[in-house]
Amino acid sequence: MSVTDEAQRPEARTSDGDAAIVVRGVVKTFGEVQALGGVDLEVRKGTVLGLLGPNGAGKTTLVRVLTTLLLPDAGTATVDGLDVVRDAGALRHRIGLAGQYAAVDENLTGLENLTMVGRLYGASRADAKRRGAELLESFDLTDAGDRVTSTYSGGMRRRLDLAAALVAKPPVVFLDEPTTGLDPRSRITLWETIEALVSGGTTVLLTTQYLDEADRLADSITVIDHGRVIASGTSDELKDRVGGERVEVVLENPADCERAVAALEPMAAEAPTAHDSLVSVPVRTRRGVIAEAVRLLTDEGIGVEDINLRRPTLDDVFLTLTGHAAEEAAEAGEGDHAS
Amino acid sequence: MRRLVTDTLIIAERNLIRLPRRPELLLAFTVQPIMFVLLFRYVFGGAIYTGGVPYVEYLIPGIIVQNVAFGGFVTALGLNDDMHKGLIDRFRSLPMARAAVLAGRTSADVVTNFLGICILVITGLIIGFVFHAPLLHVVAGFALLLLIGYAFSWVFALVGLVASTPESANSVGFIVIFPLTFISSAFVPVATMPEPLKTFAQVNPFTIFVDAMRALWIGTPAGNYVWGAVVWAVVILVVFAPLAVARYRRTAGS
Repeated sequence: MSVTDEAQRPEARTSDGDAAIVVRGVVKTFGEVQALGGVDLEVRKGTVLGLLGPNGAGKTTLVRVLTTLLLPDAGTATVDGLDVVRDAGALRHRIGLAGQYAAVDENLTGLENLTMVGRLYGASRADAKRRGAELLESFDLTDAGDRVTSTYSGGMRRRLDLAAALVAKPPVVFLDEPTTGLDPRSRITLWETIEALVSGGTTVLLTTQYLDEADRLADSITVIDHGRVIASGTSDELKDRVGGERVEVVLENPADCERAVAALEPMAAEAPTAHDSLVSVPVRTRRGVIAEAVRLLTDEGIGVEDINLRRPTLDDVFLTLTGHAAEEAAEAGEGDHAS
Repeated sequence: MRRLVTDTLIIAERNLIRLPRRPELLLAFTVQPIMFVLLFRYVFGGAIYTGGVPYVEYLIPGIIVQNVAFGGFVTALGLNDDMHKGLIDRFRSLPMARAAVLAGRTSADVVTNFLGICILVITGLIIGFVFHAPLLHVVAGFALLLLIGYAFSWVFALVGLVASTPESANSVGFIVIFPLTFISSAFVPVATMPEPLKTFAQVNPFTIFVDAMRALWIGTPAGNYVWGAVVWAVVILVVFAPLAVARYRRTAGS
């Protein structure tokens, strides 16, 4: 499933003109801590890659390597065809970065912030100002454009930060946890903004801890933990990996658990599992399974409090792949590399 | 090179725009130094014997040197703040001249230092300071002060980049550099100090800076102080500017 598995050797650079980001065997160590332990990934032009992982997984380190802020210890990476080490200077013209913090100057107005960034990209003051006003307009910040950004809400700052990353219309944009710490409404607004951006053909690498965010925005997802890629594929592929559809039954009486498992056995694709009063039954099809489960249980006189048909969420994927403990995650990582 | 100049000016502009919007910064540049001048002149001044020179004339060059040396302090705090807020990451991801973020900051300090010097000179003139020197020397004194301030801005730029928090940048300023300015001829004649402070004060560059300013502004014997001061300032600049830029290039941010 993983698109990167066969390319373990760093020199195995694809000549695929379709890839906007190619990462091969990138290693980065800070003192004793290995932040990136040989990461491989690829992002096709005009798509969104969701880089998913818990805190400290190495997401930000990878973004910093790809945006020329950190030198990798080993491996190679190209963005828009330019090497992140050798062509760093040229590459900086072709990328935009919105970091984990809303990196805007609080003492400047929204327009002044965007104008400054535009001029630092090399535009004239007038051009930078025009582009700034245009971005404020499309980010719904025009009214606040002349206000000092210390008066902005968290969501407005993030939008301004994102706008600053787009000043030079870069073909590749890196968004490092763009919605962390935002209220739900601001998140949705920002998601819509990012969707509009992608529909314009920009390639986006997005890091996030939020599975719903990756599910909604990303064309493909790479899960990393402890600096290693432990899975990659589309959202559906990852979910299939954890298992197909399940009927979940909440029993009125937890004591009925064993009887319920036995009763549901005939309709299950694999052995049902039980946890407290929740019985989970893997099934092959969606059709009629709820009615059948209810009939089987009613025949046995087992009371049902709640029943539903459930697909695995990315949360399930994440838990399955990374496990709860560090050791489990490390094992999962090795298993995946072999697959 | 043109890129460096343009980008430096853009960053300097950014740092100057915010001044009028941050009243507390403006107070640090104006009210606080004036308060110190008044305290020294009227509280301690009567008890300090300076060998015939009125204390107000002795004090003003000394306290202005101290003030410009600390002018770069906002650079340390500002850079540290920029690092923690991710602005340095943004700048480093832009195709701008690498040294411009620091050069812009320190250039902005020259402007604020000039304002600070003017405010202190005016305060001094009001409370009895008199220039005893030709105009050319007075102007040279302004230039020397700006050079000293610029050199120390680079020291503080390095402090701001190395310090983990604004608080620790603050400590470096007040535990290391503040006492240095006092163990000098800035406020009292060095001869009144006990050994080994006296020996230290005699070779302290602050003593040389202050004595150079007195030579230029109130006509005390110049000796080699003026050239000595220029050499010291240039040495500090030549050592600390490359160190700060190197640190900026490889800084990991927060």
